[in-house]
Amino acid sequence: MVLNNIEKLLEKYNNAETSLAEEAQLRAYFESDDVAPHLEHYKPMFLYFSQSQQEQYTKDVPLKPKRTKLYQWISVAAVAVLLLGFIVPRVWDNEPKTLADYPPEEQQMYLEAKAALAMLSDNFSDGTSSINALDLASENFNVGLNKASHITEFSETTNKLLKN
Amino acid sequence: MKQADFVSLVMPFKDKVFRLAKRLLVSREEAEDATQEILLKLWRNKEKISEYKNVEAFSMTMTKNFCLDRLKSKQAQNLKIVHSNYTNNDLSLQKQVEARDSVDWVSKIMEDLPEQQKIIVQLRDIEQYDYAEIAEMLEMNETAVRVNLSRARKTIREKLTNTHQYGIK
Repeated sequence: MVLNNIEKLLEKYNNAETSLAEEAQLRAYFESDDVAPHLEHYKPMFLYFSQSQQEQYTKDVPLKPKRTKLYQWISVAAVAVLLLGFIVPRVWDNEPKTLADYPPEEQQMYLEAKAALAMLSDNFSDGTSSINALDLASENFNVGLNKASHITEFSETTNKLLKN
Repeated sequence: MKQADFVSLVMPFKDKVFRLAKRLLVSREEAEDATQEILLKLWRNKEKISEYKNVEAFSMTMTKNFCLDRLKSKQAQNLKIVHSNYTNNDLSLQKQVEARDSVDWVSKIMEDLPEQQKIIVQLRDIEQYDYAEIAEMLEMNETAVRVNLSRARKTIREKLTNTHQYGIK
């Protein structure tokens, strides 16, 4: 009965009229151990089909091209930023440079500040010259000290004479 | 679409792509290269992937076309080294080898089929797609698929019967 059914299915199978379910039935039959002797030659075919189905693709696929492209663009952007950093200050560097470029009131203020600072520095110079006078005084002291050391030497010798 | 999404989309059918490529290109290395190429192509076009209604069928069509192109181009000249000229005295092992041999024999029979029939047997008997899907993948109508499949199956059966009965190889 089963065999009859299988033979019918095989006939249909060879005419490519079987459904997927019927083909699964055939496969199951030929994978079992009790295959009718006159159908034995179909066995390797169905075995081969189920074996081939097991084969797998094991290699890794490098899915990186998109990301490396992004990195390339980042370096381009960095270079662009650097270039902008150098070029932009030069282009926009049209600010006033000499005194004549400034408006009159600013010039006025500048001159006043300059005069005030000059006065300050004058006073400082006065201060330093009076300090120079102190320097002179300290020099005189040093000279005095030198002379005093002569006196101590003299007193030492008199002390020796007195001891003797 | 992120890499993880892509991988989970491609995962279910990447082995099928590989097996179809191997069926057509025979050598394992060639098939691996082809599969990688197909997956990279999909990855590059991942923005458009959502537009395809059946990514798997689309990929199989791509694989078929890619492999047929490879076969046409001269650089794809496969050499396969098979050594079967050894003898073994162990009887049970001998039987095992025979069984494995006859299974290998099926793959050799399939290698001799015309490309179209190879693809159809691969898609139907190994990957178990239904006729509508195969017709879509191969851009053929269902009747043509059935006719080709029937021819291929009959050829395989004939050659297997011959080997089985007379031991002709």
